[in-house]
Amino acid sequence: MTPEWIFGLAGVLVAAAPLVIAVVGETLSERAGVVNLSLNGAMLLAAMVGFAAAVQTGSLELGFLAATMIGALMALVVAFASLTLRQSQVAVGLVLALLGRDLAYFLGSPFMNIPGPRVGPLPIPVLKDLPILGPLLFQQTPTVYISVLVVVAAWIWMFRTRPGLVLRCVGERPSAAFGRGVPVTRVRYGYAVLGGALVGFAGAAYILDFKGGWQGPISGMDGIGWIVLAITIFGGWHPVRGAFGVLLFALLQWLSLVVQPSLPGIPPQVFYVVPFPLMIFALLLTNLGNAEWVQMALSRLPESRRRLAFRILHSLRVSPPAGLGMAFKEE
Amino acid sequence: MRVEMRHIYKSFGPVRALQDVSLTVEAGTIHGLLGENGAGKTTLMKILSGYLRPDRGEILLNGEPVRFASPADGLRYGIGMLHQDPLDFPTMSVLDNFMMGCENGFWLDRQRARRALQELARLFGFDLDPEARVDRMTVGERQQLELLRLLRQGIRVLILDEPTTGISAPQRAQLFDTLRRLAREGKTVIFVTHKLEEIEELCHRVTVLRQGRLAGEAAPPYSPRRLIEMMFGRSLSKPERRPALPGEPVLQIQNLIAGDYRLRLGRVNLTVRSGEIIGLAGMEGSGQHLLMRVCAGLIRPWEGCICVRGRDLTGKPYCAFLDAGVLFVPANRLEEGLISGLTLTEHFQLVYPTGGYLINWERARAEAQRRIQEFNIRGEPETMVEALSGGNQQRAMLALIRKPVHLLLLEHPTRGLDVESSMWIWQQLKEQAQQGAALMVISSDLQELLEYCDRIIVFFGGQVSEPMNAEELTTDQLAQMIAGYGWRG
Ligand SMILES: Nc1ncnc2c1ncn2[C@@H]1O[C@H](COP(=O)(O)OP(=O)(O)OP(=O)(O)O)[C@@H](O)[C@H]1O
Ligand SMILES: [Mg+2]
Repeated sequence: MTPEWIFGLAGVLVAAAPLVIAVVGETLSERAGVVNLSLNGAMLLAAMVGFAAAVQTGSLELGFLAATMIGALMALVVAFASLTLRQSQVAVGLVLALLGRDLAYFLGSPFMNIPGPRVGPLPIPVLKDLPILGPLLFQQTPTVYISVLVVVAAWIWMFRTRPGLVLRCVGERPSAAFGRGVPVTRVRYGYAVLGGALVGFAGAAYILDFKGGWQGPISGMDGIGWIVLAITIFGGWHPVRGAFGVLLFALLQWLSLVVQPSLPGIPPQVFYVVPFPLMIFALLLTNLGNAEWVQMALSRLPESRRRLAFRILHSLRVSPPAGLGMAFKEE
Repeated sequence: MRVEMRHIYKSFGPVRALQDVSLTVEAGTIHGLLGENGAGKTTLMKILSGYLRPDRGEILLNGEPVRFASPADGLRYGIGMLHQDPLDFPTMSVLDNFMMGCENGFWLDRQRARRALQELARLFGFDLDPEARVDRMTVGERQQLELLRLLRQGIRVLILDEPTTGISAPQRAQLFDTLRRLAREGKTVIFVTHKLEEIEELCHRVTVLRQGRLAGEAAPPYSPRRLIEMMFGRSLSKPERRPALPGEPVLQIQNLIAGDYRLRLGRVNLTVRSGEIIGLAGMEGSGQHLLMRVCAGLIRPWEGCICVRGRDLTGKPYCAFLDAGVLFVPANRLEEGLISGLTLTEHFQLVYPTGGYLINWERARAEAQRRIQEFNIRGEPETMVEALSGGNQQRAMLALIRKPVHLLLLEHPTRGLDVESSMWIWQQLKEQAQQGAALMVISSDLQELLEYCDRIIVFFGGQVSEPMNAEELTTDQLAQMIAGYGWRG
């Protein structure tokens, strides 16, 4: 018999999957230097359109496709406004975030609370029968598998391929990338749109898989986009760290739900917000290597071990892409 | 490849950076480009590499006219440029920087790139840690990295915009050997510099610019006097040497040990007296910059103590050092010294506010104008600092020195400055010393150290020599010590 908590944890993975995909999307976009603040609105609108498309056509694939295109389109607007028209990414993104949300609620009202197709589980033969790991990892829905694939692919792309190196460089210092022959604006457009597409896909995954239907404002989706933006930062613009950030967040949320009944004295709101300070604490830990007192403490170590310790702390450290949100003009 | 630039014009708004400049460089030669600060050398080279587009004029490669829309086009023809201020990716690792732009294929082959980097570095005697982050390195090391990358990229025309400002004498000799070899292989090398002795040593021909126009060309044997006249339109005379009259101790360092993630500097015992100029020599990253930053109060030492004018400042914050009259002028002008996006007037207002909370811009402008004149900066009060030429940025930094100053710490104060400006800066520094300040100066130009400093200390791998009397030293002796010879223990 599989214990209860295994199913709880499996649920955490399902809840995390859309966020993971969106975090990777935003990470790619920000690594190229474009902040897509419209995320929250884009996800909602994409989710609604995806659901509507799936209901109308009866095809889940078309639903995901429509959502992906909506996400890409929203990102394209942000990219066009900032890269071509040279407007503020922040302002345009914020306006689109509000616009997308209202549009989703308005256009989505005919589709509220109606039955529609839903992504079913896709157990993987053989592996699904493993004890514990089977029900936890291998009896999941396709979006969970996809989210893992997306993270791995993004990591390989960013750190193991040449285009990925170009991506990191463009966000870091566009003028230097330009000097080395990179068409900066084109690269930025590309990743902004790709990131937006992933965000749109994530929106559809949330509704078509995790939630199983569009419920308008009570879908519980509003705000997710902002959390994704925050986790992108917590994750240090790194897909794997970002994914762990999401998992940590989803886990903390689930734990707070589990613990809540046994601690009736504490108001439920506390459980809702506790994950946030914990995330900030985690971030502090990763940046420990910068603190002077840590360096002083390490100075007592013998030379070779001191270097090693410094290197480890150093590799934990995160800093935003230096060219984030900055305009760049090719002469 | 034979490179020809014909009748090039370029303006930045009202500034006419280049007017009717032509340049021809034969394949297989090393061509020098001389000119005072702001003469337009960098602008001309950026046009050749495709980074800037000329307003008028044409570029011919092997007689074929070409048009570059971006550096990508320049690179396609094999034109690569080492920029004056390293154009790299500060928060990324040395290896990533090295691979960026010179790897092709889809997958990154780190092992191969690392081997290539280490091989090239060994060839030049550079010491670069592939895993280190570039922003933890000195400007000189960053230039070294860029140079290696360009060489690896298989460049046919190599433009070097003041490549020797950050490397030490032995490394420079290595570099020159390589450039000569590249030229023998038929590559074209364009070498921008301010140092006449480098032109004499290296260049087959030299072109001189003055205020955006062609001032002339010369071939060996060069006459330094003639070149200086071409550069400045007049001849210059060196200031005479006056012995220092050291006064009270200003800076006392006892038993100091400090370090960063890769170097341990220790133990230092040093007393610097007022009126004295101490030169710090050493390969980049040997500890001189670390000591400078410890003295400036930017890095806390691990052990030992620092006193400034009798006050123990060990472990005190940076502002305590400022209050004690310590002033630090870093090498990295645009990152640590000046604020991009602010005008000269605004910079002066930050340091010498006129009036109270409200800024009287008219007065501020007049004040800025006065300082611009006093320090001979080529720019307007409204000029953004990043639009100034390198030499003028350096002048602006000096113009920002707040008085009274008791201990003045300067990293490469004449990096990238033309002969006239360097002389002028040293004159300013001498004056500061005569007014009672103690100075510590890092420079990679040994001649300049010997000429202007009173005592010199040498750094090697975190070891520090005793202060030596500059008049009793020769460049050769210094170069030996910098390379690690003649150390006890
Ligand atoms: N981006 C820019 N915007 C405005 N003016 C500029 C810009 N770049 C250069 N200038 C101006 O063009 C002139 C030539 O500058 P340039 O950098 O080519 O001089 P340089 O010969 O390289 O000097 P240095 O020896 O100090 O490096 C200067 O007057 C400079 O202020
Ligand atoms: Mg220049």
